[in-house]
Amino acid sequence: MRPLIARRGPVLTHRDPAPSIWSYRFQRLWLTPLFRSLLRVGLPAFALVMGVGWYLSDPAHWRGVSDQVAELRREIENRPEFRVNLMNINGASPQLAEDLRAVLALDLPVSSFDLDLAAMRETLERIPAVSRAELWIQSGGYLAVTIEERVPVVIWQTRVEPVLLDGEGNFVARLVDRELVAPLPMIAGEGADLAVAEALALFETAAPLRDRMRGLVRMGERRWDVVLRDGRRILLPADQPRPALDRVLALDDAQDVLERAVLRIDMRNPQRPNIQLSPHALTELRRMRGTDIGDGNG
Amino acid sequence: MSMLYQSQRAMRAKRQEAMRRGVMAILDVGSHKIACLVLRFDSSDEFRPSDGVGAMAGQSSFRVIGAATTRSRGVKFGEIETMQETERAIRTAIQGAQKMAASRVDHVIVSFAGARPRSYGLTGEVSLQTGTVSECDVARVLAACDVPDFGEGREVLHAQPVNFALDHRTGLSDPRGHVGNRLSTDMHLLTIDAHAIENLLYCVKRCDLELAGIASSSYVAGVASLVEDEQELGAACIDMGGGSTGLSIFIKKHMIFADTVRMGGDHVTSDISQGLQIPMHDAERLKTRFGGVVATGIDDRERIELEADTGDWHHDRRTISRAELIGVMRPRVEEILEEVRARLDAAGFDHLPSQRIVLTGGASQVPGLDALASKILGNQVRLGRPLRVQGLPQSACGPAFSACVGLSLFAAYPQDEWWDFEVPADRYPARSLKRAVKWFRDNW
Repeated sequence: MRPLIARRGPVLTHRDPAPSIWSYRFQRLWLTPLFRSLLRVGLPAFALVMGVGWYLSDPAHWRGVSDQVAELRREIENRPEFRVNLMNINGASPQLAEDLRAVLALDLPVSSFDLDLAAMRETLERIPAVSRAELWIQSGGYLAVTIEERVPVVIWQTRVEPVLLDGEGNFVARLVDRELVAPLPMIAGEGADLAVAEALALFETAAPLRDRMRGLVRMGERRWDVVLRDGRRILLPADQPRPALDRVLALDDAQDVLERAVLRIDMRNPQRPNIQLSPHALTELRRMRGTDIGDGNG
Repeated sequence: MSMLYQSQRAMRAKRQEAMRRGVMAILDVGSHKIACLVLRFDSSDEFRPSDGVGAMAGQSSFRVIGAATTRSRGVKFGEIETMQETERAIRTAIQGAQKMAASRVDHVIVSFAGARPRSYGLTGEVSLQTGTVSECDVARVLAACDVPDFGEGREVLHAQPVNFALDHRTGLSDPRGHVGNRLSTDMHLLTIDAHAIENLLYCVKRCDLELAGIASSSYVAGVASLVEDEQELGAACIDMGGGSTGLSIFIKKHMIFADTVRMGGDHVTSDISQGLQIPMHDAERLKTRFGGVVATGIDDRERIELEADTGDWHHDRRTISRAELIGVMRPRVEEILEEVRARLDAAGFDHLPSQRIVLTGGASQVPGLDALASKILGNQVRLGRPLRVQGLPQSACGPAFSACVGLSLFAAYPQDEWWDFEVPADRYPARSLKRAVKWFRDNW
């Protein structure tokens, strides 16, 4: 007879507790370390690469992505943190600073990513008046340019026009472009710019002659002539010109040689200095000696 | 015989591979439950028998990392009866253990109780060629054992050299290096029905596993539940399972006899079911909850309700006393123990110096069994529990799992068997290149 009382609780169904052969095999496969790592690492990586590859295989997508990247890059570059608003030039005269600004031709404000400091530095150092340039971008949007200017020390009278040279003989500027603060010594002659240091030393030695001296002339690219204001010359040897000049000055101190009527003092051979008298003086000398013979070079 | 030799060696090779891989499963196919343990071998060379550490002490090299038990289906008397059902049950156990271990296992060592094991004692004798016993002499003497005709359809499960004798000295466990003239050995051979192994192999194959060894569950239960001195001095282990009761006799740390009584706890349950007219699962519940074998006065007063759902009011509200339940259970338990006694007597257990008997297995948990067993089997009876094994869950520490634990010990430290030694050269087929190589290697 069927039970009259309703069964309480869930009806017991005899479910097979055993796993099916496929679930059993799948679980074993899942517990295999190689399979697991393949599924956990290999499959996502494969899907990612395939997905990205498929997306970018269309040129339009590729262009869009590259545009977006460029846009993003530009946005970052144009942020105020990276903007350069001011250029500050230190160590240059106002005239030179103007020139530098004109050369660099920066359209400020500009992003610091767009500035090629190395190239700008090369550009600046190509300017003759600049011996060294340093550029760096400081916080607050400053482009600091520190210039080491070439200081003109001599005037070189070339065939074309007088130019200014610095202590190493480098061209600084044309004389007409500069207003000189103090008068500078003058040199002339071919190859004079290669021996500026020697010329400066000679100028220093010749300090007592300063007000009578016109300048130095490089002769034959090997030796110097001191040219005085009235056209008289002191010919200096190629080597050791300073002692020779010292001797002339000593001679001048002792006997006032330069006050006398001499045209040239030839010190080219230090053992045998020569003095060329002026024709008038020569005649006078001959008259005084009572002789009228000689070839004019006493 | 050489077929068996090869298949057993193949299983040993698979066991080696599993040890290398570090993970192995053991499976106890019983009639009541199928249990699976997953073992992880950390440092298999940590202890060796040569270090003076016995097999009982060296279990630290493996650890149980997964355990699962499922109700057995399709197994009767410890033999596989319905293949598909058994296969599903094995799959359930393996899957559960794998899940707990979180690691895949490919190799499995199986034990089962049934298939009518029969023990043979073999002796072999050989004269030594060089005067010193070498490994190939051991192999020769093992090969010289005269194998009895154990009949068609039987397979050798265990073939363990138990004792070596050199001239007149006997009791050598390892004769290698001894000097003498004649070497003889005693070997214990255990055969079972071949179809049981085939069925088992089929089920294991169907579960995508590889069989790395087979053991008799009565043997491995003895390994787990006998303590070391019992194994040394001689003892019998009685593994009372669900469908069959295995018994094994150990002496000098070797099994010398194994047999099975084809009765067990399930028969007690079916007796209760028949006697009290209740379903099997109710009978099982009554047996485990109220069962016993020794009735006392208080048991007459303890009433047990037999609930049923037939709709018959009187039938659904029966009560019995516990004494009645004991009265149903006791004759069957007595019958089992008497049958065990008969088998032990037949094996000559009473000639052994020690009469120790250890009861283990799931059916040995009946209260009062030790008192009953001491009346039938002799007074040196104790209830045995398996050894403690690292990582074994608490639920698997009871006597019902002694075969499992023993099987893990067996997996970690297998006994040397006949097939662990090289085949002597004269057993190879003639004109074999292997034979030439072997002869060369033995003589130089």
